[in-house]
Amino acid sequence: MKNKILSFLSILILIFVFTTFYKGLEKSNIYEPQNSLKKIPEFSMMTFFESKEIYSKDIFRDNDFYLINIWASWCVPCRDEHQFLVSLSKNNRLEIIGINYKDNYKNAERFLIELGNPYSKILVDKDGTKAIEWGAIGVPETFLVYENKILKKIIGPLNSELAEEIERIVNEKI
Amino acid sequence: MKKFSLFIIILLSLNINSSQADEIELQNKITKNLRCLICQGQSVFDSDSDFANSLKIVVRNKIDEGFTENEINDFLIQKYGEWILYDPKFNKNTYLLWLLPLLIFLLGGAIIFKKLIKINK
Repeated sequence: MKNKILSFLSILILIFVFTTFYKGLEKSNIYEPQNSLKKIPEFSMMTFFESKEIYSKDIFRDNDFYLINIWASWCVPCRDEHQFLVSLSKNNRLEIIGINYKDNYKNAERFLIELGNPYSKILVDKDGTKAIEWGAIGVPETFLVYENKILKKIIGPLNSELAEEIERIVNEKI
Repeated sequence: MKKFSLFIIILLSLNINSSQADEIELQNKITKNLRCLICQGQSVFDSDSDFANSLKIVVRNKIDEGFTENEINDFLIQKYGEWILYDPKFNKNTYLLWLLPLLIFLLGGAIIFKKLIKINK
């Protein structure tokens, strides 16, 4: 009797362990931070062209959409997504603000000359600390901001679907 | 008097050095508990990735601004979520994680205790 219970229990444990690990296999290991950051951070940063200090409260106005794009000239995916930023910049309800991440001025400038400049403002993040204020983990990363709130956060490069989605969100609110 | 002032100066400089050492120690302690989110299985302290290096600077600046360890952790949780800490906090999502080993330990102890009593009898 006791043996039966024991074998039954061990089979049960085996099944439990098997299903747990099997389920674990399906789960992706790539982690995307779920941030509780809903409001935009307050910061002061240097501008790219004029090297002037600018405060976050002077950049963001209510009733306007902002696309914050963290980019660098050395980042290959940034090159791929740049065409979508350029086409989004034609929407006059949307202001695109670039954060130039750990970059060299000359290379960044060449990047913009080559691929176009969709940004209305470019801010400089020399040591990557400002990107952390935004809860970013790397480049490229894009935030859609409306009324000082982050509506959407995109980790990795933009693609045509994401660009369309951004366009749709912006046009809906008009 | 001269000797005395020299003594004071040396004492002060020693004090500054030791407080700097404390700050570095605190910085290391905090960054060892931070998960480098873009590298697998490494802490921010161990990693040399762009993200980890920036995070080290942020922690450093926060310490200089007078933030405590808990305040820095809370700041980073707000930005990246609880996952960034290796040492999870005790809350409703993690109570099982914290209490299960204790429960298993007590259960095992009880079983051994029972067996011992049986043997003694």
